[in-house]
Amino acid sequence: MALDRSRFQLLQGNEACVEGALTAGMRFYSGYPITPSTEIAERSSVRLPYYGGKFIQMEDEISGIAAALGASVAGVKSMTATSGPGFSLKQENIGYAAIAEIPIVIVDVQRSGPSTGLPTSPSQGDVMQAKWGTHGDHPTIAISPTSVQSTYDEIIRAFNLSEKYRTPVIFLMDEVVGHMREGIELYPKEELEIIDRDEHMINGLPYAVGEREYVPKMPSFGKGRPYNITGLFHDSEGFPTNDNKIANDEELRLMKKIEANRDDIIKYESINADDCDTLIVCYGGTLRAVKGALEELESSNIKVGVLNPITIWPFPEEKLLDLSKKVKNILVVEHNYGQILIAVRRIAQCNADIHFLGKIDGTTISPQEIVEKIKEVNQNA
Amino acid sequence: MPSKLIEKHLRTERLPHIWCPGCGHGILMRDVCVAIENLNLDKDKVTIVSGIGCSSRAAGYMNYNTLHTTHGRAIAFATGIKMANPEMTVIVITGDGDAAAIGGNHLIHACRRNIDLTVIVFNNSIYGMTGGQYSPTTPTGEKGTTAPYGNIDGDFDLPELARAAGATYTARGDCYHVPQTIKLIEKGIKNHGFSLIDGISICPTYYGRKNKKGSAVNMMHWQENNCISKSKAENMSYDELKGKTVIGEFYNKPKDEYTDLYQNIIKSVGGNK
Repeated sequence: MALDRSRFQLLQGNEACVEGALTAGMRFYSGYPITPSTEIAERSSVRLPYYGGKFIQMEDEISGIAAALGASVAGVKSMTATSGPGFSLKQENIGYAAIAEIPIVIVDVQRSGPSTGLPTSPSQGDVMQAKWGTHGDHPTIAISPTSVQSTYDEIIRAFNLSEKYRTPVIFLMDEVVGHMREGIELYPKEELEIIDRDEHMINGLPYAVGEREYVPKMPSFGKGRPYNITGLFHDSEGFPTNDNKIANDEELRLMKKIEANRDDIIKYESINADDCDTLIVCYGGTLRAVKGALEELESSNIKVGVLNPITIWPFPEEKLLDLSKKVKNILVVEHNYGQILIAVRRIAQCNADIHFLGKIDGTTISPQEIVEKIKEVNQNA
Repeated sequence: MPSKLIEKHLRTERLPHIWCPGCGHGILMRDVCVAIENLNLDKDKVTIVSGIGCSSRAAGYMNYNTLHTTHGRAIAFATGIKMANPEMTVIVITGDGDAAAIGGNHLIHACRRNIDLTVIVFNNSIYGMTGGQYSPTTPTGEKGTTAPYGNIDGDFDLPELARAAGATYTARGDCYHVPQTIKLIEKGIKNHGFSLIDGISICPTYYGRKNKKGSAVNMMHWQENNCISKSKAENMSYDELKGKTVIGEFYNKPKDEYTDLYQNIIKSVGGNK
């Protein structure tokens, strides 16, 4: 069979993000320009009108997410994209999306920080902010793609999870992936599972759930019975309440809708993870350097494996716990001062020696540096 | 017994409301309902978006699609709704702090776009929900719990601010002159572009008490005697206008509307829909 060339394109990670989002059904984008995510806004502004979709450049980062949430309430799949400083500004409305249960995808192409930092340099410094950035207890789904193809595939999954669980999904890219160019394969919608929201309310109640269910159905404004949405704790009708039991039940349901579906949400990639002495834990663009290191180590007698979470939050705890019992060393490689390291220590430090290779100077970790660190770890052992 | 109008437009099971006795917000909320009734709008095609504060609790009592958002951001949320569904009548109910302080940036940029939103500011010149701090519309010299010696900030004239930023309909009403305020809201909703109606409310609990304005009834009488029409104000001197509030329609001139312009873009590239 002849190769269908139209399916293959040379794209930058940021561009692939937009193409995947369009395939997933994104028809609204609002945001504010910020390096290194700007190409996502630019391509959205070009491409959305062709699909009858809408693009708007808002006056700031906060309105960038607010308008996207408004469009989502009106029944349109929506996305906003930003980078470090903008991600900080969006946090309050991420919490609003969590409690009001409004689907939205928030892309954060991470750059070196804090503050303005090194605006054009790579980093993975927002991993913990993705989990804890907005105030109060709230569920989090964060996905970190490892390549341009992975960006295209995973942004589609991000939209699906957001619609399925009525929750904000944080798409945690890094500058490496965002600006890398690769040839990738794009799929027609028909070949994919695309999840659209179920608009049929239970008993006419916008926040009611069925037995042993955690996710209410979401009717769009203007398509049925008018109802109320609020960021206050609310009852099944969507109205504010100070009733502590209702507040407790709602908060528990929000947490459980993610916890109870961890198997569906969690995704990771592993290489030789079940047959190694040293397990590398990495994610995002860092996987590229780690793969380079593996090639160099092939001829050595050190057995190295990799666990790369694609879903960063919730973290694949069970898998790491299981692997930690089989290895001597765990080496966490990430472009920050040690963030996923905290999660790895908590899960695995009773079973294995935890080592760390990080970088905070705005340059990328090279395969050679990883090879040296692996050798050092195994010498000391 | 609630009136037929109230039965139709409010979620009566959600009453009583949380506002203090004597608060003017209930009057303004009713004005919005009467305007919607008079315009004969389909309730499912009306969305009320509000922010945070006393004003913004109105949305929950009103029987339309209602979105109670985050502090200052109502206009930004409303922009997304209107873009996604231009058929929807989108009305923003906000307060003076919500619209002009924390949300001031969204206000001026929505004006600039002339997107078809109707913003009604329930303007009580004070932060009521947090207990009486001075706001961007507290008149200079007056007091709040954070301006114990008198407010030294200048105060915004919201219709003038909106007009300068590009709004195509601006007006001011109050709680005493009810039929006129309803008319102004109706005209604001009918304007195919950005409309701002500054609704002067009364807050006897905080603004009134801090500034010795007397009871709610006294404050209503104040509005009766000091809210003067635009035509009357035109013939008054600077000194005569001191302490007065000018009400009426200030600007009403159409201009290209934002969602229409975007629809043209979609058409020009041959986009579907």
